[in-house]
Amino acid sequence: MSENTVPSGDPPPAGRQEHEGPASSILDLVGNTPLVELKRLAPSPAVRLYAKLEGQNPSGSVKDRIAKAMVETAQARGELEPGRELLEPTSGNTGISLAMVARIKGYGLTCVMPANATPERRRLLELMGAKVVESPADEGTNGAVQKALAMAQEDPRYFMPFQYANEANVQAHYEGTGAEIADELDHVDVLVAGLGTGGTLMGAGRRVREAFPDVTVAAAEPLPGDPVIGLRSLEDGYVPPILDVSRLDRKLLVTNAESVAGVRALLEREAIFAGVSSGAVVHVARKLAEELGEGVVVGILADGGWKYLSAPFWAAEDVESAMENSVWW
Amino acid sequence: MTTVRIPPTLRPDAEGEREIAAAGSTVREVLDEVGARFPRLRARIFENGNIAAFVNVYVGGEDIRTQDGLDTQVSDGSTVILLPAMAGGTLASLAGGASRLAQPASGAASTR
Repeated sequence: MSENTVPSGDPPPAGRQEHEGPASSILDLVGNTPLVELKRLAPSPAVRLYAKLEGQNPSGSVKDRIAKAMVETAQARGELEPGRELLEPTSGNTGISLAMVARIKGYGLTCVMPANATPERRRLLELMGAKVVESPADEGTNGAVQKALAMAQEDPRYFMPFQYANEANVQAHYEGTGAEIADELDHVDVLVAGLGTGGTLMGAGRRVREAFPDVTVAAAEPLPGDPVIGLRSLEDGYVPPILDVSRLDRKLLVTNAESVAGVRALLEREAIFAGVSSGAVVHVARKLAEELGEGVVVGILADGGWKYLSAPFWAAEDVESAMENSVWW
Repeated sequence: MTTVRIPPTLRPDAEGEREIAAAGSTVREVLDEVGARFPRLRARIFENGNIAAFVNVYVGGEDIRTQDGLDTQVSDGSTVILLPAMAGGTLASLAGGASRLAQPASGAASTR
């Protein structure tokens, strides 16, 4: 079993890029996140289990990578002339990341979200300088996307990055997340990431597979509670354009209870405070590590646990019931 | 017997059933039996002999598309889960999914 090595003579890899001095803005600190070995969670000493801590990105999630990439790609293509404004349907991490990027680059940002998004998310985005526009609660995401599209069509000022269909999302993970893993480890047998837009799995998966052709790229997919599934019809179904399931080797459902067990395991055994999707990734990573028997498994942990502190599942006896009415990814 | 779990959106086409027991040694056989009993359900989950694009099918908690597709084996006590495909992320999961017809606005489309 090879060590987690670096070329001899070089200093050990830092959690962040070595700068020639301080970063010139917070955006320079996007990416180059640390890998940490989860010795207390590996099923046996024969499996090296690593977590990539994307919560250590400057605004707290992996989305910093794609927000920066989508905006900078648009800038490079001349699509963001002065006076243009960013517009995205999002109430989660992508909105927060875009707000950070927009603030530093001097663009306005409007986030469109259903009226039943939690007040904390709206407040956080407004504090970060984003305008928030509500779409009808009963139209859900469909309504938010349609409203954002309508706004963009009516007013040419707006530019919509649209993370679900933007190849810069995938490219950010290819050049960043995946390259960092490939550069830091001598070998990877299994790569696990949460399935959202598909960007991490497609981009980091492709890059890690280039370095280690036999890698298993595994998706951890949320299994929502019935009340959440019930809000969705087949007609509203959506497969992100950037997602190509044929490029996944495994695609495993993870229940809310399993995700929370993963969050608790990270916190209690590794002192790592991660979000719900990270718990799902750890659940899948440990399961596949057991199947593997011997080798290297890497799990990408998308964010920290901070946004979930007020959630009811921490003390719940019935985790599934406590979580089934809400969305955690 | 295999248990097929029906999502809320498809239960009206399965006479309100949440779970349906069916026999078969592959997903195809199990879903063919379910489809024979509930033709409206079959019409919604199959397209041109394949699973419709916006339906996901899981055996043992794993998508059949990363197993053997409809030829994925099931055994006694297996559970087959049907779910509408949905994009992840907080927004995508809040009451409804992004429309399959949604396209990025000006600028973003040129990145494809």
